[in-house]
Amino acid sequence: MNVTWRRLKDRIMLGLAALMGIIILVPVLGMIWLVVSHALPALSLGLFTQVTVGAGGGLANAIVGTFYVVGLGILIAGPLGIMAGVYVGEVDPGGSFAQVVRFTTDVMAGVPSIVIGYFGYVTLVLGLGWGFSTLAGAIALSLIGIPYVVRSTETALSKVPRGMREASLALGASQSTTIWRVTLREALPGVVTGVLLALSIAIGETAPLLYTAGWSNYMPSLQLTHAPVGYLTYVVWTYINEPFASANALAYAAGLLLLVLIVIVNVVARRLVSRSRLGR
Amino acid sequence: MATPGKVRALDRIMRVATGIVAGGSLVAMAAILVFLLRDSWPSILYNGGHFLTSITWNIGNLYSGAVSRHNGVMAPHGAAYGILPFILGTLLSSLIAVVLAVPLAVGIGLLLVEYLPRRVGDSLSFAVEMLAGIPSVVIGLWGIAVLIPWIGRGLGPWLQAVFGFIPFLRGPIGSGQGLLASGLVLAVMITPIIAATTRDVLRQTPRETKDGALGLGLTRWEMIRAVSLPWSASGIFGAVILGLGRALGETMAVLMVSGSAVNYLPQNIFSPIGTMAATIVSQLDSAMTDPTGMAVHALAEIALVLFVMSIVVNVPARLLLSAAARRGGEAQ
Repeated sequence: MNVTWRRLKDRIMLGLAALMGIIILVPVLGMIWLVVSHALPALSLGLFTQVTVGAGGGLANAIVGTFYVVGLGILIAGPLGIMAGVYVGEVDPGGSFAQVVRFTTDVMAGVPSIVIGYFGYVTLVLGLGWGFSTLAGAIALSLIGIPYVVRSTETALSKVPRGMREASLALGASQSTTIWRVTLREALPGVVTGVLLALSIAIGETAPLLYTAGWSNYMPSLQLTHAPVGYLTYVVWTYINEPFASANALAYAAGLLLLVLIVIVNVVARRLVSRSRLGR
Repeated sequence: MATPGKVRALDRIMRVATGIVAGGSLVAMAAILVFLLRDSWPSILYNGGHFLTSITWNIGNLYSGAVSRHNGVMAPHGAAYGILPFILGTLLSSLIAVVLAVPLAVGIGLLLVEYLPRRVGDSLSFAVEMLAGIPSVVIGLWGIAVLIPWIGRGLGPWLQAVFGFIPFLRGPIGSGQGLLASGLVLAVMITPIIAATTRDVLRQTPRETKDGALGLGLTRWEMIRAVSLPWSASGIFGAVILGLGRALGETMAVLMVSGSAVNYLPQNIFSPIGTMAATIVSQLDSAMTDPTGMAVHALAEIALVLFVMSIVVNVPARLLLSAAARRGGEAQ
């Protein structure tokens, strides 16, 4: 075949791939611009000190509620996910039970979050009679986050050089000491990245919380059950459809806060990953 | 100093405890299936096969107090629960999303692995990861503020002017809410997922084979055609199915732009639609007012259908991806 034509074809395909890369930047930048430009005029100190009232007010209840529900969810998902990850990646990596768990966890990551939310509604809100509550929301979020923690923990553990483990065992350390003091410590950046990934997903969730956490205009209390709780994503969803400018501004402000939180979590996670690579 | 016996006991406790927690995912999946099945059982009895094939969704007359009985379960008089429009809305919007997302995602994957230098690639990677992390309600916000007006006034009329000979593109455009808006929003949401997985699969292609192809004088695109794509095809396919699974279950962004149609089959690409996931949210408030509880059971059955669908889609996707990873591991 003609060499010029082959070169041209190569260039055309490169051009097409580059076009795809540019096209995907349009919604990313468009969304950031939309939210930032609409939210900036609405930003004020009152957002952080007042609760939502009618079609206006502030976001204090939603901000505190988001931290509350998501924080509790991660407190549940983190330790459980890391333990399951340790089993799959360290205790019995080649075992058939580990293989089944690995596969199930992956499939679980693909279950729609609304289904998890409905499951929480049936079992916790109605079944245990908790009503819409912080704990029901946190448990639903933890079910969504756990698969990501398990996977990242396992991957991070599998990258720890075998020699480190053997050295520790040869020095007479037990398996649990080796995992706690050597392998988990070495894998820590990867493990934390998994937890942060679960955190960023949990911050952005809405559908499962509608069915488990409900919504509340009041500041969250320490009551874990029988009290609904507010969160930022709810404000974005409901207040954008209100016919009041103040409500729409609140929706954009909540969207901006969500974006800022997620950028922070992502940047921290990226720092961790690159540091762990440099360390090796 | 711990005695050897104590150490061994501690190791055993650690193994058993982590094993039990690891088994938790199996328990959770089984529990989801059991509880959804239990909660939707009255609806399964009442509706039978009509649930999947009927068009009418009507929670019945809640105020007359009259009830209809069928197979031993009660529902308000006149109630009918058919989810065919929601199934079609889910499948069609996901189909549009996949058709749009695949070229985007594969192009981005190739760009990241084969074309761009690491530094530039890293920033594009960051943008794609950011997009994956943007909450679905914010994407819905963008859908409402930007996408819907654009479809209603710009894209829609243009599509009809250029491709008007295709029947599914003809007919009223409406405000811009509906099937196309849902498909576009979903495409934006699944592109980063498919792209990131495609990137990881493409990276598994053996370096030596690629260098060999280039050394023989192939252009970069010919090398991609001859080596990278055949090597990664099944993995990329797995990534696409993974994205499809995400699109089928996505709730909020679709809910915000779909028009939440009920009792209505999509007539063209601009028709308002409802999806299964979005309907579970949009119908909850009215379903909870049903004194017989049948409407809530019907919503549970939608969740059950969605759960089964997600498993049917995710199992082959994960099998393909783990096979691809194993091959990559052997080659290196």
